Amino acid sequence: MPCNPAVGGPAKSQLVHEVDALGGEIGKVADRCYLQKRVLNISRGPAVRALRAQTDKREYASEMKKIVESTPNLSIREAMVTDILVGKNDNVEGVCTFFGMNFYAPSVVLTTGTFMSGKIWVGKASMPAGRAGESASHGLTENLQQLGFETDRLKTGTPARVDCRTVDFSGLEPQHGDEEVNWFSYDPDYHLEREQMCCYLTRTTKSTHQLIKDNLHETPTYGGWVEAKGPRYCPSIEDKIVRFQDKESHQIFLEPEGRSVPELYVQGFSTGLPERLQLPLLRTLPGLENCSMLRPAYAVEYDYFPAHQCLPSLMTKKIEGLFFSGQINGTTGYEEAAAQGIVSGINAARHSAGKSLIVLERETSYIGTLIDDLVTKDLREPYRMLTSRSEHRLFLRSDNADNRLTPLGRDIGLIDDRRWKIYLDKKARILEEKQRLKTTRISGGDLAAEITEVSRQPVRDSSTLESLLKKPHVQYKILDKHGFGNNLLSRMDKECVEIDIKYEGFIVRQQNQLQQMVNRQHRQLPDDLDYYAMTTLSHEAREKLSKVRPRTIGQARRVGGVSPADVTALLIILESNRRRAHEERKHQMLTSIMADANQEVSESPLKETISP
Amino acid sequence: MALQPAFRFLLRHLPATISSIFPKLSIPVHRKLSILNSSSPKPISPTTQITWRAAKENKLVSDKDERFGNGTVSSAESVVNSSTIAAIVTSLCGPPAAVGIVRLSGPSAVSIVGRVFRPASKKKRRGPDWSPVSHVVEYGVVVDSHGNVIDEVLVVPMLGPKSYTREDVVELQCHGSEVCLHRVLRACLDAGARIAEPGEFTLRAFLNGRLDLSQAENVGKLISAKSVAVADSALAGIQGGFSSLVKSLRAQCIKLLTEIEARLDFDDEMPPLELNPVIDEIRGMLQEVDDALETADYDKLLQSGLQIAIVGRPNVGKSSLLNAWSKSERAIVTEIAGTTRDIVEANISVRGIPVTLLDTAGIRDTDDIVEKIGVERSEAVATSADVILMTVSATEGWTLEDEKLLERIQCNKSGSSSTPGVLVINKIDCAPSSLCDWVNTLSSSFNKHVFTSAVSGQGIPDLEAAIIELAGLNRIPTGGRKWTVNQRQCEQLVRTREAFIRLKSSIEEEIPLDFWTIDLREAALALGQISGEDISEEVLSNIFGKFCIGK
Repeated sequence: MPCNPAVGGPAKSQLVHEVDALGGEIGKVADRCYLQKRVLNISRGPAVRALRAQTDKREYASEMKKIVESTPNLSIREAMVTDILVGKNDNVEGVCTFFGMNFYAPSVVLTTGTFMSGKIWVGKASMPAGRAGESASHGLTENLQQLGFETDRLKTGTPARVDCRTVDFSGLEPQHGDEEVNWFSYDPDYHLEREQMCCYLTRTTKSTHQLIKDNLHETPTYGGWVEAKGPRYCPSIEDKIVRFQDKESHQIFLEPEGRSVPELYVQGFSTGLPERLQLPLLRTLPGLENCSMLRPAYAVEYDYFPAHQCLPSLMTKKIEGLFFSGQINGTTGYEEAAAQGIVSGINAARHSAGKSLIVLERETSYIGTLIDDLVTKDLREPYRMLTSRSEHRLFLRSDNADNRLTPLGRDIGLIDDRRWKIYLDKKARILEEKQRLKTTRISGGDLAAEITEVSRQPVRDSSTLESLLKKPHVQYKILDKHGFGNNLLSRMDKECVEIDIKYEGFIVRQQNQLQQMVNRQHRQLPDDLDYYAMTTLSHEAREKLSKVRPRTIGQARRVGGVSPADVTALLIILESNRRRAHEERKHQMLTSIMADANQEVSESPLKETISP
Repeated sequence: MALQPAFRFLLRHLPATISSIFPKLSIPVHRKLSILNSSSPKPISPTTQITWRAAKENKLVSDKDERFGNGTVSSAESVVNSSTIAAIVTSLCGPPAAVGIVRLSGPSAVSIVGRVFRPASKKKRRGPDWSPVSHVVEYGVVVDSHGNVIDEVLVVPMLGPKSYTREDVVELQCHGSEVCLHRVLRACLDAGARIAEPGEFTLRAFLNGRLDLSQAENVGKLISAKSVAVADSALAGIQGGFSSLVKSLRAQCIKLLTEIEARLDFDDEMPPLELNPVIDEIRGMLQEVDDALETADYDKLLQSGLQIAIVGRPNVGKSSLLNAWSKSERAIVTEIAGTTRDIVEANISVRGIPVTLLDTAGIRDTDDIVEKIGVERSEAVATSADVILMTVSATEGWTLEDEKLLERIQCNKSGSSSTPGVLVINKIDCAPSSLCDWVNTLSSSFNKHVFTSAVSGQGIPDLEAAIIELAGLNRIPTGGRKWTVNQRQCEQLVRTREAFIRLKSSIEEEIPLDFWTIDLREAALALGQISGEDISEEVLSNIFGKFCIGK
């Protein structure tokens, strides 16, 4: 974990839950290795509620490695791949390493991270590297370019690390974890509570701002030697200070990176300043006056392959059996990588086994949304998952990720019998409980009194528990408190019940809209459409559609530069083509019938002429 | 002679071959093609049913996962089938026709009509939902959202695919007057239909495989006129103040969305959102939409005008009033009570709004057959007019007959919303107004009273002012917003307003912030459609609207 060893957060936590629901590992390992856990957006609605865990980076890495190393039938070989071996039918045959060894495989997944032609920058100085202390990989980009892939470069960065033993926490605001811990995994075997560590909050000071303003010419962006800007959602501290001049101070979080490591992550403090200025800069922060820096902040530049070259299964369009996954597709973040990892992994395995590939549609999951964005949109900065990227987020909640995806995980063999039973039992419990709440009625009493007080709404006689739960601010806890709860249910189960009942109206309305959208947008587009020949499309649309080659009308609609008018024009062309093809077939059939008939007719006189 | 077997073969096999073999053939052919074209196995989505925890979520994910490898969409499957559209499909120009038709098409056409239509037959009324038999006409009434009867109609259900658009189509045959048709259409819109773009029925028919190939090619050609049409549609009806209002409303929505969503994604990096300004802004926007919708009424008036019925006892000067107001001799005026036997119409213009004055027979009990019919007609006219002028004579004051007549009119109107009424005290030249103190005792029965003299023309401007006020026209700010809202914009504003109202109730019920974004988004989308920024279907429909295709 080269960057902050945090897992989750808005939208990202949904990705983790979804990967877990499909049978992936990230959630389980994050649950096992957490240092601190907090639920964000807790009162802002069930769809944006997000679990975030600070994890132990060393423990996380070793746990993950352990899983890889103990997986049956998985052999590991480490080497630098420089070439892709391609067969006669544009199918992948394997890889070739730097030292000239060939490894053969029906499917290959490339997960190059920031290593491909990676270069790290501290101030003006740079060196080839994938990340601090690890060398870059060379040769693969050129090889893929020769195979016809389009490549581009992205930049991302990570802030300095300080030694926690040199930080004075006494004057800093501590940020504790939640008392009630929540979990990424739906598997209760991994719900093991452990002692939590604290994060701390500090702020930039006048002297921080002064130091930066005095040395702006030393930063890549303002010094003018790097054109590429970092991602907008991850601005450097100099960016924040220049762009928000009126803000006197910015929040900086100090987050531990492990129980047994001294590193402290300085969140919100990434910078392009040279190393000699970084320590003085850190020391302007309260609590860090005497700190020592373990590692400077650096930026990393690397090659990626714009993902419109991939199908939504993450297989490349050009080479059958070759899959791209993670930062090679232009994303950033562990959760985004995990999400693609599970899809590309599943599909690589299925491809090898000759099975059909899996596509998660956009509206089914954040994973689907992520991949649809990647393969459809023209992305020019590292892609990070955000809740606002999903139009259907009320459905894509962390509490129902298992209901959305575990049956699929079961189908493709990633959910074992034990997990499947856990899932089915939970589903049955929730269903039963909702039925109970619907049919149990109360009149008056303490519960009614408290509900009236909390919701500021009267409680009618013989109200169902369901109707009480629908009232504002009423939580399942109140039922528990007055003995109307159900002890068989876990806290998570109760949360599911509460959400289903409380927001039923919204969910139903959104479901109807979604249904309409799905009906409209899931119409298939043939693979062989010649967009350039469609003169009724705008020039930009013709170009973009030829490049992206969307699968469905819905995807076409989302391609940048394609206007709604273009989409309607496309629909009309499709329908006209269909009619024309139909007419042609009809015509052919007619002529062949005619020909048959003529033959019959002409054959008999022929015989007659021959026979005499 | 030798050709005969061939013909017979053709005749025997052709219809069957074409109708049954071809459609079936077409799919495998496509499949094969797509397999040939690709070197790789197609990704497909799981065919498994993903079972959702809640039954309501059941359909969401996967049962329609006919993604890759399943061939193209068959022609019977409707493509644009997401929404249900409605429109008046008979001409509104020219003199009112006897019958006008409101047509609905789409998956909820039947359920929407079920919400507004009350069959006359008791047998049919029994079921909870209206379930019509295709192509069987039903008779009944259309009611508005408050349950008031709007019009009696014949309903013609044509269930898909045996309909013009291949979707479920329901036609409501109403009375031909514009007011009736608009009210029925509005009822359908309130029940969930979307107003059809011009030509959208034809577009659906085409996309659902109804029209033939040559027509399909025409469609393709017409599309190339797109750029021109885009410009036209962007300009048509969306000019001046209205478009800037919509733009600013939309920008406000987007701004609020940005504010809220930024907090959802970057919780700890943003200053907390102050809710009160947000709530104020939402209220402000709702108010603006309401104001804009008021002008929609004004717009309707501009198009269809006002009907004003002049009623009263015989010989109070109704016909003289009509003549004086219209500056004509349209009605015969004599000293004899009961001169006017039939409805006399005169068209005038009040501050630019077309007004039809209807002079009626004096309402009284009579044995004269002709006059009796006249009286009946007067009452009927009074029931359907937009404004009633109840005329009395200043010299005689408020008589018992007037009282009875008032009751009669009010009784006829029971049930529906009350028509505004103006008490006109005529012949003021013959009696000093000081004698008319009784007027004040009637203020509850009428919205206004005006003193006039049909002979001298005195009081006519007062009468016009009263009408303008009653029709709500003085609420239109003079200057500032001289634009009008057409039916389509009105529908979009209605949708925007619905979204804002839901948003307001979310706020009042203290529903979490994330839910606010749902309705803000919806408002922004609705507004986007008006201002032509999201003109997808609009453009095409304009093309279909401008050029008559397929009919």
